[in-house]
Amino acid sequence: MTSTSAAVRLDHVVFSYSDTMVRFDVTFAPGEITAIMGPSGAGKSTLLNLVAGFEIPREGRVLIGDVDVTIAPPSERPVSMVFQENNLFAHLDVEKNVGLGRSPALRLATADRRDVATALTRVGLAGMEKRLPRELSGGERQRVALARVLVRDRPILLLDEPFASLGPALREDMLDLVASLHAERGMTVLFVTHQPEDARKLAKNMVFVEAGTVAAAGKTADFFTNAGPEAFRHYIGGER
Amino acid sequence: MSVSRTDPRIAAGIIALAAIGILIGGAFAGLGIEAARNPQGAADAFDSYLFRIARFTLWQALLSTLLSVVPAIFVARALARHPAFPGRALILRLFAVPLALPAIVAALGILSLYGRAGYFAEPLAALTGGTWPGIYGLSGILVAHVFFNLPLATRLILEALQTVPADQWRLASQLGMGARSSFRMIDWPAIRAALPGIAGLVFMLCITSFTIVLTLGGGPAATTLEVAIYQALRFDFDPARAVALTLLQIALTAVVVLALMRLGANTTGDANLPVAQRNYIKAKTGEKALNTAIIVVALVFVGGPMLATIVSGLEANLGRLAGEAAVQRATLTSIVLATLSATLATMLALSLVMARRALAGSRTGGEKTLLERFTDTGAGFVLVVPPIVIGAGWFVLVRQSVEVFSLAPFMVVTVNAVMAMPFAVRAVRPAYDAASERHERLCAQLGISGWNRLRLIDWPVLKRPLATAFSFAMALSLGDLGVIALFGSDAVQTLPYLLLARMGSYRTDDAAGLALMLGLLCLALTMLADRLGRETTK
Repeated sequence: MTSTSAAVRLDHVVFSYSDTMVRFDVTFAPGEITAIMGPSGAGKSTLLNLVAGFEIPREGRVLIGDVDVTIAPPSERPVSMVFQENNLFAHLDVEKNVGLGRSPALRLATADRRDVATALTRVGLAGMEKRLPRELSGGERQRVALARVLVRDRPILLLDEPFASLGPALREDMLDLVASLHAERGMTVLFVTHQPEDARKLAKNMVFVEAGTVAAAGKTADFFTNAGPEAFRHYIGGER
Repeated sequence: MSVSRTDPRIAAGIIALAAIGILIGGAFAGLGIEAARNPQGAADAFDSYLFRIARFTLWQALLSTLLSVVPAIFVARALARHPAFPGRALILRLFAVPLALPAIVAALGILSLYGRAGYFAEPLAALTGGTWPGIYGLSGILVAHVFFNLPLATRLILEALQTVPADQWRLASQLGMGARSSFRMIDWPAIRAALPGIAGLVFMLCITSFTIVLTLGGGPAATTLEVAIYQALRFDFDPARAVALTLLQIALTAVVVLALMRLGANTTGDANLPVAQRNYIKAKTGEKALNTAIIVVALVFVGGPMLATIVSGLEANLGRLAGEAAVQRATLTSIVLATLSATLATMLALSLVMARRALAGSRTGGEKTLLERFTDTGAGFVLVVPPIVIGAGWFVLVRQSVEVFSLAPFMVVTVNAVMAMPFAVRAVRPAYDAASERHERLCAQLGISGWNRLRLIDWPVLKRPLATAFSFAMALSLGDLGVIALFGSDAVQTLPYLLLARMGSYRTDDAAGLALMLGLLCLALTMLADRLGRETTK
């Protein structure tokens, strides 16, 4: 309950990589879950990478709350990110993987270990501290990543299609888990997904990215009506 | 991904490059200063003798390449046609051994087989109807070069053949292609694509071959540039001549390497063992007999000197040899120097690999910077500058200010480390890049960098590839007779140096015993490297 939510703002951000260019000018509401949807290659992941600090904009500013983090290194931003895969170090056990969220030197005091255990219990992995990632299922590995998010306790959570490779039932469970973690901590969540039902179930807001820019933004509910943005309806129609 | 501009990994890479630059630059400075001090001497050294040596250098390399690569095509093809040939895996393994053997060990093995007092001397004398003079000079050099390079070329060609998709073979057998047409339609195109690179690599190895020519070449008629450099410095004390020879050698290797690059060859060679098999070929009896003959002949040729090394080594009084103080001291010196050299090589390689990755990561598209190029392909170019050249450069640079021979340990360690570095890079880079691919963003996010990253993230993943690089570098350094031949003295002797000395004073038994010890040591290290390397890729 410690993290205070903060808005995320990309202020006239321009970023280019090789021959592709993206421009973002968008604000994400504090303490709410926003789904980011759009065709492959539209720039969804780039948007998250800009917020996380893996990419540095050529122009414009990245703001978290009132703080300009445009050129801050990733580890100094109030941000946690869960990737689609490779969230864990394969040679470290579950406890160490989560513990790295507390200390990058892996020096854990007794209190830290207790927090790690609590977080693991919270994501449903109690007693699995000594397992190695390869001994876990895909869903369990993403749970470990979420446990680390809890231990890090940052006000911004970025989810880059973290459940894309899970089966439907498992994905459902994970969405429930994210929803309940959000209810507890109230962090600002940016959730990239390809699944419209994920957005409907979890996200209050929606940002639709197309061709390297934000094509539409608003309440999720509005997107799924006949009055929703045409590009989005076209995308949904084409995808489904 | 633009992760961080002040990455310590980049600093490590710059330090490594600077160290390599100083070593090579110092050598060039030595050569330059000497040439400037005595320009007339250097110019005079370009006489007909020098050009005769250059011509011989090219001629023996050309012949060696032809004699290695052309037969290798047939051997590789024979092995490819018979995936179930008895002992095939063992043969391929045996063909990897020459790569691991120090040149001086092989030279001795060849001498104990074909030399004047060799095992084959009597039958050969009976055959030629006279006394067998033993192989020295061009024939000796050629036999030794083919011994090294025929198996190498065979393995590389076989590898090229195995890139042919299995479907093509299914198709060939379905269409009822015989040996001839399948060679023309399928094998030859694959071989032809790989051949320029393979031939270029062999040519490069032969043009820079030192030990073989030193031990098997005979007199001024069969001397290459590298050996002439050594003789100019060690026996004639003629630095001007050494400079001229060195410049010519550098020009020669530079031309060859440029040509190689155009051909797209990989100058660090390859040690992968092709084991994939294909089962769609039904060779006819005639072809089978011919291929069997080809394989057996190649096997005898490659296996002969190895066997001779073992047999003559065992005939030596190993017990007495091992008890000798000089041998013990040389062994200890060799192991200490090789360990230091391998450590340095591994550190250089790791620094370059990390820096390259960090630089590639911080680049948002676009062109590679010069620094990134240097850490990438640039590292391989040290192979252009033969160890003898570096040694010669430093030799003339420091000869007036310090006692040259006191530099021996330093020169052996650094030059061998730099020469082994490209191979170490090959062992480490794939593992590091793969791990980095998975870990880069995670480390950036969690703030794991510097020492923490090395300790917690990179070391566990890299310890095996690093061990591979280390043992391979150690084997290379242990068997080297380039730098120590220049700088060695009674005070600092390594095993190969002692071996050379015993050969020179006709203590053949001692030499054979030492060769066996050295060969086994290097072989063990290479096998260890290979094993560690294979477990990593699993």
